[in-house]
Amino acid sequence: MGSISLQHVKKSFGEVQIIPDISLDIKDGEFVVFVGPSGCGKSTLLRLIAGLEDTTSGQILLDGEDMTKAPPARRGLAMVFQSYALYPHMSVRDNIAFPLKMAKAPKEVIDQKVEYAARTLNLSSYLDRRPRALSGGQRQRVAIGRAIVREPKAFLFDEPLSNLDAALRVNMRLEITELHQQLKTTMIYVTHDQVEAMTMADRIVVLNAGNVEQFGSPLDLYKKPANRFVAGFIGSPKMNFIDGSEAAKHNAHSIGVRPEHFTLATSATSDAWKGKVGVAEQLGSDTFLHVHVEGLGLMTIRTDGDQTFSHGDDVYLTPDPTRIYRFDAAGLAI
Amino acid sequence: MARTVPASTRIGFTALAWLIALLLFSPILWVLLTAFKTEAEAIAASPTFLPQQFTLENFAAVQDRSDYFKHAFNSIVVSVGSTLLGLAIGIPAAWAMAFAPTRRTKDVLMWMLSTKMMPAVGVLIPIYLIFRDLRLLDTLQGLTLIMTLINLPIIIWMLYTYFKEIPVDILEAARMDGAELWNEIVHVLVPMAVPGIASTLLLNVILAWNEAFWTITLTSGRAGTLTAFISSFSSPQGLFLAKLSAASLLAIAPILLMGWFSQKQLVRGLTFGAVK
Ligand SMILES: Nc1ncnc2c1ncn2[C@@H]1O[C@H](COP(=O)(O)OP(=O)(O)OP(=O)(O)O)[C@@H](O)[C@H]1O
Ligand SMILES: [Mg+2]
Repeated sequence: MGSISLQHVKKSFGEVQIIPDISLDIKDGEFVVFVGPSGCGKSTLLRLIAGLEDTTSGQILLDGEDMTKAPPARRGLAMVFQSYALYPHMSVRDNIAFPLKMAKAPKEVIDQKVEYAARTLNLSSYLDRRPRALSGGQRQRVAIGRAIVREPKAFLFDEPLSNLDAALRVNMRLEITELHQQLKTTMIYVTHDQVEAMTMADRIVVLNAGNVEQFGSPLDLYKKPANRFVAGFIGSPKMNFIDGSEAAKHNAHSIGVRPEHFTLATSATSDAWKGKVGVAEQLGSDTFLHVHVEGLGLMTIRTDGDQTFSHGDDVYLTPDPTRIYRFDAAGLAI
Repeated sequence: MARTVPASTRIGFTALAWLIALLLFSPILWVLLTAFKTEAEAIAASPTFLPQQFTLENFAAVQDRSDYFKHAFNSIVVSVGSTLLGLAIGIPAAWAMAFAPTRRTKDVLMWMLSTKMMPAVGVLIPIYLIFRDLRLLDTLQGLTLIMTLINLPIIIWMLYTYFKEIPVDILEAARMDGAELWNEIVHVLVPMAVPGIASTLLLNVILAWNEAFWTITLTSGRAGTLTAFISSFSSPQGLFLAKLSAASLLAIAPILLMGWFSQKQLVRGLTFGAVK
C-alpha cells in the first residue's frame, strides 16, 4: 500500500515562502510526475514527502497515517537522487544491501534479494565493483536497485535521468516505466522535462512558483489545460499564443494554437495568416517551421518531414478552428 | 604555456629554502649530537661539532635518575586517550555543524576557536583549584581530560572542514535507506571521512604529545609525561647539557618517527580543502 496525501502543506525557508499551500491526493500504485520550471519547488515538495525537510505547516499522510513529524527512516519510502548518492566506500553489493542491513534482515534474505535485484537490473557482473568504477547508467541502476530491495511504500525520484546522455535517458525512462508496471508501487517522479512527464505519468502535477497549476492525466493536460501556463508548458514544441484583435475575434484576451494544429498552404486562401519562413528545423519525421506571421509575430508550425521549405518562403497558415484554446485576462482557460 | 623561471632565480631560491630548512633543523641537530658527547665536551669552552668521544652514558644516566618508560607510557596514554576522546565528542559535534547548521553555527565555531587565542595562564588558577578539589592533580585521567578540552576546538574545526566536503545527498540517502543517526554516522559518514579523521587524529596526537604548559603545572611524579620528563632535567645553571639532550632526544624520537612515517597522510589531510 502506498497512498500519499498532502493537506495544506506549506514550506518557507526563513522568510522566503517556497510552497504557499498545496493539497494533493496520490492514490496507491499511481505514477505521478511533478513537473515545472527550474526553482518552482519540485524538489522541495518531494523532500517534504520524504521527510528530508520539515513542513512549516500542514499534514502529510502515508496510507492515512499522519507522518508529518516522522523522520525519513521511519516513513518506509525509497528515494533515487539526481546525483545517485551511492556510498562510495561500499561495493555495489553492499550499496544494494545497505537498506536491508539497516532493517536487520537475515543474511540469506539479503543475499537472495540483492541477487534478484542485480539480475533484474543487469548488474550481476558488477556486484563487487565500487561505484566509481561504473558508468552513469550503471550507477543509476544501482541507485534503483538500492531503492527496490526494501520494498518501499512508494518510490521518490528526483530528476534521476538528467545526468545521462539522450539515448540512455530514453532507455532508462522505459525501464522505470516497466519497473512500475511490474511492481505496481506508487512512484513520484520529479522532472523539468515535459516529454518525460507526458510519457511516464499516470497523472501529472504541474507546479509553478510553489503552486499546483493543474493535476491530471497527460492527455487531460494536453487537451484541456486549465490556464496559459499549463498550455505553454505541456506539449512540444510550445503552444503559440496570440493576443490583441485576433484573440478578440474569438472573444478572448488571448488564444493559443499548438504547432501541430495548423494547415499549411503555399498559396493564399481566405482568412489564412500570411507569413515568411524564418528557420526550418528538419528532423526527418517532422519539420518545425518558425514562421514570421504578419502582425502576429513568430509562430512555430509542425508539418510532416516530407515537405521541404527554406528560409524566406511565403506560407499561409490556417489554425484548426476546433482546436483553438481561449484564455481570459487572468490567463485562465475559457 | 609553462612558466619559465631563469636558472639563477631558481638556484637562488633553492639555496634560500635549504638555508631556512637547515636553520630550523639546527637545534634538533645540536640536541642529537650533544646527546652522544660527554658532559665535559658538551660545555667545553671551544665547542666541538661531532662528538669526539662517542658515548651512550647519558642515556643510561637519564634512565637511572628518572624512569623514561613510565613517562613515555604516560605520554602515549594522554596523547592517544585525549585524541580518541576528542574524536568521540568531535565527530558528532562536527556532524551537527556541517549537516544540520543553524543561524548560530558560524558564531559557535568562531567562539570555540577564540578560546584557543586566550593565554592558558589566564585560567591556570581556576583550573588548578578545580583539579585539586576533584583530586585530579597528577592523575592520567585529569591530564587526559584537560588535553581533550584544549584540543577539542581544533578537532571540531578540522572535522567540520572535512565533513563540509562530503555531499549531503549521500547522508540523506542513508536516512532514506532506514539508517538512524548512529548508523548514518558509523556506516556512512565516518568511512567516507577516513582521510580527514586520520589526519585530525595524527595532528592531535602530536599536539597533545608536545603540550608542556598544563602537563608541567598539573603533574608531578606519577602522571608526568615526556615533556615533564625533559623539564625535570633542566637546571638553572645550564649543567648537564648532554643529559638534557639525551632526555630531549628520547622524548621527541617517538613522535618524530610517527610524523615521518605519516607525513603523506598529514600533508594530504592538512591541504584537503585547499587543493581538492
Ligand atoms: N535549503 C534551502 N534554503 C533556502 N532556500 C532553498 C533551500 N532549498 C531550496 N530553496 C529554494 O527553494 C526554491 C525551490 O527549490 P527547489 O530545489 O525545490 O526547485 P526545483 O523545482 O527542484 O528546481 P530544479 O528544477 O532546478 O531542481 C528555490 O528558489 C531555492 O532557491
Ligand atoms: Mg530540483
